[in-house]
Amino acid sequence: MEKSPIRHFDLFKSTFFLSAFTFGGGYVIVPMMKKKFVDEVNWLEEEEMLNIAAIAQSSPGAMAVNASILVGWRLMGLSGALVAIIGTILPPFIILSVVSWFYASFRDNALVSAVLKGMMAGVCAVIFDVVITMGGRIVQAKKLLPILIMLGAFVAHYILRINIIYIIVFSGTLGTLITLHDKRTERENI
Amino acid sequence: MIYAQLFWSFLQIGLFSFGGGMAAMPLIQNQVVDLHGWLTLTEFTDLITISEMTPGPIAINAATFVGTQIAGFGGSLVSTLGSIVPSCIIVLSLAWLYSKYEEMVIIKGILAGLRPTVVALILSAGFSILVLAFWGPSGFTWNIASVDFIAVALFIGWLFLLLKFKLNPIFVILGSGVIGGVCYLLF
Repeated sequence: MEKSPIRHFDLFKSTFFLSAFTFGGGYVIVPMMKKKFVDEVNWLEEEEMLNIAAIAQSSPGAMAVNASILVGWRLMGLSGALVAIIGTILPPFIILSVVSWFYASFRDNALVSAVLKGMMAGVCAVIFDVVITMGGRIVQAKKLLPILIMLGAFVAHYILRINIIYIIVFSGTLGTLITLHDKRTERENI
Repeated sequence: MIYAQLFWSFLQIGLFSFGGGMAAMPLIQNQVVDLHGWLTLTEFTDLITISEMTPGPIAINAATFVGTQIAGFGGSLVSTLGSIVPSCIIVLSLAWLYSKYEEMVIIKGILAGLRPTVVALILSAGFSILVLAFWGPSGFTWNIASVDFIAVALFIGWLFLLLKFKLNPIFVILGSGVIGGVCYLLF
């Protein structure tokens, strides 16, 4: 299939608008990217987009940034990756710069502080909703090890105050060892 | 010096936050509130609130906000750069590996081990914000009079609605801000 040449500015525009209208971040960006790059402008095959999503989800860091690096790289190499990164981080960068500018001068205003205090309870509800949904999936899978890892990580961080990076490195290593062991013994412990 | 510190902190956040969405939140709290004291827990909670209502990844939002508060425009630039450097390197290396070996057992293993951990770490960060919302900056006490019952009622109500009707988080936070704001100004 003959594809029309893609200009850097087109890539910048697409990543900029995708990023500017994706609220909450994370998992929402991948379906939106598929709609834009596969269905609308036809720059990528669906298969390529699925691979990009899989790699973006497996890497550390913000998923939106990871996915746009890969899209840019795939389309135009290094310069494409750079353009896509700039397009993706510019909207939050501009918005939060403006917010922090106002934050210092408005935080002590009685109305602003009452509203932010009210919002605090709402944010807690959002966080606990995420935890209950994600944690529920792990409990429902009825595998002992992931449930133990979840409990252990909570105790290690909230109660024992162990450095968060050690907890992450430890559980990543543990996951790898169990997966390798599972593969050899043809079991599914994790 | 402060630039180097900001860069190094956000580099670690970018390097160790797996799983997208809120996975970065406990790491940001660890670096920005617990280790360096760049933000108070209240300011950090405001940052999470703002991040949930504006577009873009939470780590980029945090890098811009913290960088600006601590060291102005230059601070926000180095922090943001720090948070994306690990992504650039790892994502492109993985893409290269992926084209060679489709089945990446080790990556799958790492992610399988991290999934329950990420939930636990988000819960842990959520608890510290919950204590702040219910008891204020002085922290937990057994004294029932120190509990903010408006916050308790809002939390239970919104959590119930979220679980039952899958509401949009932006709507929940805005709604909580309006109802809570009115209650706090009146009482």
